[in-house]
This record gives sequence, C-alpha cells and structure tokens, in this order.
Amino acid sequence: MSRTESPARLAVRKTYKLYIGGAFPRSESGRSYAVTSSKGEFLANASRASRKDARDAVAAARKAFGGWSGATPYNRGQILYRIAEMLEGRRAQFAAELADAGTKRPGDVVDAAVDRLVWYAGWSDKIAAVAGSANPVAGPYFNISSPEPTGVVAVVAPDDPLLGLVSVVAPVIVTGNTCVVVASERAPLPAVTLAEVLATSDLPGGVVNILTGSAKEIAPWLAGHMDVNALDLTGVSDPGLAVACEEAAAENLKRVLRPAPADRADDWAADPGTRRLTAFLETKTVWHPTGI
Amino acid sequence: MTTSFADVASSNVALRTFLHGLPGVDRVGADQRAAMLGTRSVKTTAKAEAIDLAIRMVDLTTLEGADTPGKVRAMCAKAVHPDPADPAVPKVAAVCVYPDLVAQAVGALAGSGVKVASVATAFPSGRSSLDVKVADTRLAVEAGADEIDMVIDRGAFLSGDYVKVFEEITAIKEACGRAGGAPGKEHGAHLKVILETGELATYDNVRRASWLAMLAGGDFIKTSTGKVQPAATFPVTMVMLEAVRDFLAATGRAVGVKPAGGIRTTKDAIKMLVLVNEVAGDGWLTPDLFRLGASSVLNDLLMQRQKMATGRYAGPDYFTLD
Repeated sequence: MSRTESPARLAVRKTYKLYIGGAFPRSESGRSYAVTSSKGEFLANASRASRKDARDAVAAARKAFGGWSGATPYNRGQILYRIAEMLEGRRAQFAAELADAGTKRPGDVVDAAVDRLVWYAGWSDKIAAVAGSANPVAGPYFNISSPEPTGVVAVVAPDDPLLGLVSVVAPVIVTGNTCVVVASERAPLPAVTLAEVLATSDLPGGVVNILTGSAKEIAPWLAGHMDVNALDLTGVSDPGLAVACEEAAAENLKRVLRPAPADRADDWAADPGTRRLTAFLETKTVWHPTGI
Repeated sequence: MTTSFADVASSNVALRTFLHGLPGVDRVGADQRAAMLGTRSVKTTAKAEAIDLAIRMVDLTTLEGADTPGKVRAMCAKAVHPDPADPAVPKVAAVCVYPDLVAQAVGALAGSGVKVASVATAFPSGRSSLDVKVADTRLAVEAGADEIDMVIDRGAFLSGDYVKVFEEITAIKEACGRAGGAPGKEHGAHLKVILETGELATYDNVRRASWLAMLAGGDFIKTSTGKVQPAATFPVTMVMLEAVRDFLAATGRAVGVKPAGGIRTTKDAIKMLVLVNEVAGDGWLTPDLFRLGASSVLNDLLMQRQKMATGRYAGPDYFTLD
C-alpha cells in the first residue's frame, strides 16, 4: 500500500470586521468590499462601514471617554507602551500585510510604527508640564493653565496603512481623548490587525474605534455629528471633501486639524513633535485662592 | 355584547369568580406576538409623525426623594418647551410629581395646557391605611393636580383579597372627584391605577388586575411605579391593551394605558405606538388614552427629531440633563 500525499491544507482565512467599543462587529449595513494587493490580486473582503456604524462608534467612544480621560497620564502611557510591545510581537504579520499593500521596506515601517508609539507613550505624563503652566498673577491667587483632552475625536487616517494610522491615533489617545478612525480604504488590513493588537493590550474598549470603508462616505457624518468634539482631516486628500467636512464641523465648533499640503511640520510622516498632541488638548485656566 | 358588571363586586367570592373566569394569557404566545410587533420598521415621514406623537404622550416624571421645588420648575419649563431652540416641538402631556410638589408644578404650568399628575396612596409601596391614602390623595387634588397616579395594594391582590383592592380604588376615585378645591378644576382629577406588574408575577394576574382597576372606575391603568424591575415590558403592555380593548367592547367605556419605566429610546417608544395601534386600535393613539411614563426617553426623542430636521446626528450636550 503506497503512501498517499495528504491533500493541500486549506488556509484559515480571517474575516475582517470593524472594531467598535472593544468588539469586532460586522457593518450594520452588511456591506463589504474586496481588498486587493498593490499588484491587483485579491486579498480579502473588508467591511464597508455605514453612517450607522459611525454613529455606534461615536457612542462607544463617548462612553469610554470618562474612564480614559480620568485615568492617570502615567497609566495611559503604560498602555500605549503595551500596544507597542504587542505590535512588535506581530512584526512578521504586519510586514507581510504591508508588503502586500506595496510598502517599500515593510520591516522598517513596522519598526517605525513601534518607535512612534513609544515616543508618544513617553509624552503621556510630560505633556502637561510643557503645554500647561503656573501663571504669575497679582493678588492672592494661584493661577494654573492645564491642558485637558477635548473629547471624542474623529480621525480620517492617511493612506499609509500602518505608520500613518499609528501616527495619527497615538497622539490623540495618549492625552486622554477617545477616537473614531476611518482607516485607509485602499489597504485596510493592517488597520484591522492593529485593532486586534489594541484589543489584546489593556486599552479599554471604545477608546479607539476603527472603521474600514469609504472616507468620502463616512467622514461627512462624523464631521456633522454633534457629539464629536474634534476632527482630524489629515487623511483627506480631496480638497472638496475637506472643505465640506470643515463646514459641517463648524456647526458645533469642533477643533479641526487639517494640515496644509506644504507644511512639513504638520505632516504625520515628519519627525513627531508635540504639535499633534497639543492639537487636541484644550487649555483650562483656573484661579485658585491661596491662603491669606 | 354590553354586559352589566354591577354585581361583580358585590362580594369577594363574586369578584374572585369573575376575575378567575377571565381567559388565561398564553405567556409564550404573548411574548412572541409582542416581539413580532416590535420588528416593524417605521421610517421617514411616519417616523417624524411618531416622534411628535410620542412627545405629546410623554408624562415627564420626577419621583426622587431628592426632588426640590427648583427641579420641578425646571422640569415644567422643559415640559412646555421640550426643545427651547425649536418652537415646533409639541408640548408633553403632563408632568408627574410627588403630592407636596404639586403646587409648584401647578404654578409653573398655569395656562400652558400641560397637565399636572401626582402620585399618591403611599407611593411606591402602597403600604398604609386607607385613611392615609385618601388623605394623601386629597392633598394632591386640593393642590390642583389634574391626574392622580395611585398604586394598588399588591399584597392584598396577591393574597386574593380582591374586594379590598376594589374598595380602595373606589375610595380613591371618590377622593379625586370630591375635593375640587382649585378654581377651574372642580370636576376633580383623573385616576390612573398603577398595577406594578413587576410584582404581579404572571400575565394572568396582570389581566385580572387590569379588569379589577377598570371595574373599580380607574380612568387609566399604568404598568409600574418605575421603582421595580421589570417595569413596562412589551408583553405586559400588550396584555393591558387587550384588557382595555375588551373592556370597551363590554361596557362602552374607554380606559387609557400608561406604560411607565424602562422606556429609554425612541425605538422603544415607537414600538409601543405600534403595539397600541395593532392591539387596541388607532383610537388609543392619543394622549387622552395613551401615555409614556418616562423622562429619559424625551431627550432621545428630541435628538432623533433634530437628526431628522437637520440631517446630522445630535449630541446629548445640547439637551438638558434630567
């Protein structure tokens, strides 16, 4: 009796879903779209989020805001550091996904994403000392300005699938904001894998909510949402869409970050400074009577 | 078939025979039918109509030990102008407070058309003597309450002492009608009878208590106090709506229904309206015969209304806390 070859093993394919409130739901609309590699080969189906998914994500982010903004900055930094550790542990998986997406030198890009998380994690308990101050005033008062998180931030992530996403999300959450992110439409798979990293790294559910799908479709709903406090349009390349979002955001005076194309200092790819941290902080100034 | 129920309450035996002669409720069937009716999709113009109707049916309620005159006045202001930024939003049906705060509410709502309801009869437990309950009711009626929400004695009901429950309801009904101290309110107050279905254990008991309250002269039957879970579930509301429908057929008198407690979202409120329409008929789709006892649902209704008017999602920061 001759040995028969075992049949070729079928790969276990992952179902790519959204990340809302710490869970991985399918899109409420039930829609999906085909994701292809840079060479045009089929990779997977990803969920195409609808406005109702955006609404649910904002509700989840709002629910998470109290706990996350109330956590100590040190604690938030530790959790970001933990995310960096988990991301490092999946280096090979991210590198493979980035290679499919056509990223040059994918291993270096994953390292850069880890480094960026660590950079922002380090800022968690130091930013208040830089952006805040104790102000000299006349009279028996102690006067301090302290930076506080803005609230729920809607983020349209740049098209760079991993480093771009990490570079816009990390500075938003490390200061205590919660966010709803629209990931790159072209290459959403690293974003979904990042969601798995977030889900396994002590980050409370709802602090980061990741939607995959068309930014053109979802961003205006987030921009107009009255329970969203700030808007990051870094990933919006269409000027018409950006202007429409800014107009919608004016309705409840959202903070809007929309880097000018020529401004290198505002670009996510530049060496990170504190600009992205302070963009979503609101400075509160307090007068406190001192003992007389 | 218009039947006379004159002799039904002549003795405990007669009342018991009548109430236990009511057809039983099929629990599984009731749950399924209520769930099935909850799947209806109400959209666009129908949804806009439903939201406005639901706002007009809301009994804005504050029943906390920590209620203050200031809180009651703030709630009354909200009752008249639920959304100060949009004058097209209709007024709510009534505000519901404890008896000692009725005067505050009456003062704040004078001339607005919003009614003042007051809980009474040792709310929420109902554990006191009849004299105390009647005095409690008179206090509220004389202060100018248009509606009295009384609780039945669940202990007496569950132990089978139906006549005691019946006589309490008739006594309170009398107290509602007699006082009429306030000018313009000589006709007395409407009586809503709270069954506290969360403590009645079975749907059969809910049906019996509904009939008992209607026979005794209640103008409304209300599910719960809001202090006990479960409160206004869909199947329980459906059983009560069936009871008022059958009571109208039997006696020609229309009694209202008020689910209270646990209704928090617009979706729930619209499901309730579907239930009313399908079970009792559209004759009940009026604030005179159907109310929603809730306060948190109002903000959600207003947010949904604003979403439909402006096309963007509304946020809770722009509505009052309550």
